[in-house]
Amino acid sequence: MKLHTFKIGGVHPAENKIAAGKPIENVPLPEEVVLPVSQHIGAPANPIVKKGDKVKRGDCVAEAGGFVSAPVHTPISGTVTKIDIARTPQGMPVQAIYIKSDEADREADAQALAKRDTPVRTGNDLATLDAKAIIDIIKNAGIVGLGGATFPTHVKLSPPPGSKAEVVIINAAECEPCLSCDDMLMRENPREIVKGVELLMRAAGVNRGVIAIENNKPEAIAAITEAASSVAGLEVMPMKVKYPQGGEKQLIEAVIGKEVPSGALPIATGAIVQNVATAYAVYRAVVLGEPLMDRVLTLHDGETGRNLRVPLGTILATLTDGREPEKIIIGGPMMGRTASTLQTPMIKGTSGILLDQRYAHRRPVENCIRCGKCAEACPMGLEPFLLATLSRLKEWEEVEANKIANCIECGSCSYACPASRPVVDYVRLGKQTVMGIMRARAAAAKK
Amino acid sequence: MNIIVTSIIVLGIIGIVGAAVLYVVAKRFHVQEDPRIDQVEALLPGANCGGCGRSGCRDFAVACVGATTLEGLNCPSSGAAVMKQIGDIVGLTASEAKPKIAVIKCNGTCDLRPQIARFEGAPSCAVLASLGTGESSCPNGCLGCGDCVAACPYDAIHMNRETGLPEVSEDKCVGCGACVKACPRAIIELRYKGPRGMRVYVACSNKEKGAAAMKECKVACIGCSKCAKECTHEAITIANNLSYIDYEKCKLCRKCVDVCPTHAIHAVNFPVKKAAPAKEKVEETTA
Repeated sequence: MKLHTFKIGGVHPAENKIAAGKPIENVPLPEEVVLPVSQHIGAPANPIVKKGDKVKRGDCVAEAGGFVSAPVHTPISGTVTKIDIARTPQGMPVQAIYIKSDEADREADAQALAKRDTPVRTGNDLATLDAKAIIDIIKNAGIVGLGGATFPTHVKLSPPPGSKAEVVIINAAECEPCLSCDDMLMRENPREIVKGVELLMRAAGVNRGVIAIENNKPEAIAAITEAASSVAGLEVMPMKVKYPQGGEKQLIEAVIGKEVPSGALPIATGAIVQNVATAYAVYRAVVLGEPLMDRVLTLHDGETGRNLRVPLGTILATLTDGREPEKIIIGGPMMGRTASTLQTPMIKGTSGILLDQRYAHRRPVENCIRCGKCAEACPMGLEPFLLATLSRLKEWEEVEANKIANCIECGSCSYACPASRPVVDYVRLGKQTVMGIMRARAAAAKK
Repeated sequence: MNIIVTSIIVLGIIGIVGAAVLYVVAKRFHVQEDPRIDQVEALLPGANCGGCGRSGCRDFAVACVGATTLEGLNCPSSGAAVMKQIGDIVGLTASEAKPKIAVIKCNGTCDLRPQIARFEGAPSCAVLASLGTGESSCPNGCLGCGDCVAACPYDAIHMNRETGLPEVSEDKCVGCGACVKACPRAIIELRYKGPRGMRVYVACSNKEKGAAAMKECKVACIGCSKCAKECTHEAITIANNLSYIDYEKCKLCRKCVDVCPTHAIHAVNFPVKKAAPAKEKVEETTA
């Protein structure tokens, strides 16, 4: 069988997926949750509760602050104790809603949890939903891309005028090493995921869907293939194991063979890419009427791995029994970010907690030997060594001319560098600055 | 022999033709430039630091010569004396600009600001600032990677290894503002150098609420506004839990320094106070 993959670049880090095969454990509802208002890309949500308000499980506590934004829902019933500053894993202050439950609240939640798998929409109700109705449900359920980028799902499903969707690609590549939460979700809930994909296809108005799974998850491929066989136009595509297979642009190229033009949105190729966990969340929102209140993540500490279904707003330290080793990475080892503390709430984009101390230190930095391995590894065909040097020297015009805006920050360049240079650190800085300059220029041109 | 003569003649003719072309071109495309521009440029330091807001010293010289008034034109590196000379050359009176110096609005040294992480990535403040709070938990304080040191064209700012903070050399700093632009946390400010270098400023940029700020750093401004109440010149304002002393209004009375509970307000280059009355604390001065 020929396996699909993207054409240029890519690396193959040690997979280290020791949590694969471990069933998803449900983490009990915490007594207190901290819900940051900005858990997604775009405008922060606006709190609609105030101190002292009673809220029920599933209530919206902050509504979307614009079109590119998403509401936030509470996973526990309780009282709003304060709206105050919380810390991101990197220590930056963000506004957050603190909710605490009492005995009666916890009892009510236990009853609600027992009934959570009862559908609210069945048969005819479900069949008559049109695209707009589905998108509205997704929007109001606060669903965002659960692969980690947390881009609001409803925005992707509403393509700008002039572009037309042709295919929905479900990103189940899970190319990040160590993470296996999507794998386990597919093994345990294939039917629900397929139903979610079907709903996404209907919302996007397309009759072709592709679920792309990396070939190192045979159980997931088997389970999804079986569940998908009944749906017309839906196919399961095994992918070659290569990082960053799950990058949006890489995945589109691998699946439909079209390249996303530089500076254009992925929809220019007619593809809408959604994460597999997002599809599952869509199923829960549309069929079970449940907003996004929890997600599955992988907890990996070097020797053992677990897959946990965690309510949003849970303090991460409670998941590790208070352990805070020297190095903590939130997300995967390639694209995740180092955290300085675990006294921080879990948000929609938290796909993994890595406590593996093998990642604790960087190797000492040496001089660039001009080997070109970073350029070979770059899946976007860029020259990372050049971009990094120019960014360090603040030559912003030059970096822009060298297409730094195309960088997807996958970190393949830093991984491939034999001199352990912090290539992506500088490239990311350059990209941020250049994007800022480009936005300012666009704003000035509009005036 | 014949060859030598021919060569001399041919080369000579080429030389004469070339000279004629150059002469015609030089006359035809002659640019009349004010000779005063060169005179002014010769007075300037030639560091192209950008402190005047122009792209370089030559650009500043052109601006001075073409100006109808020297209001707003000032080379901070050269000082008032040179500006007066420039004024004499262009026949205008130079506006009197008080000399400025860069001050570091952070005093979170290693022992006062607990370290919560260790950074091993690219040694750049800009990179570190884009990642989070850095090695301490203060979201506004100095990151200590030395972007300001690299930016200074006058070698006037250096990292102190012990405190982990940059230090400005009183003699070398000309107040060009290159470090101000380089700092991603905006903790460097240009302030009046003050009479005999005496100046008072808030050595903190932390915008957190009092309790959080105290936890992050022992010398953080907690926004208690004691200094603002004490100030009789309305020079102090509190915004975002942070005190700011307006250097235009400050009369250097140092009352605010004495009342600050966290010693976040610094008074530098003041003579040591004489034996103070029993109830008043003796203020330490940091040079």
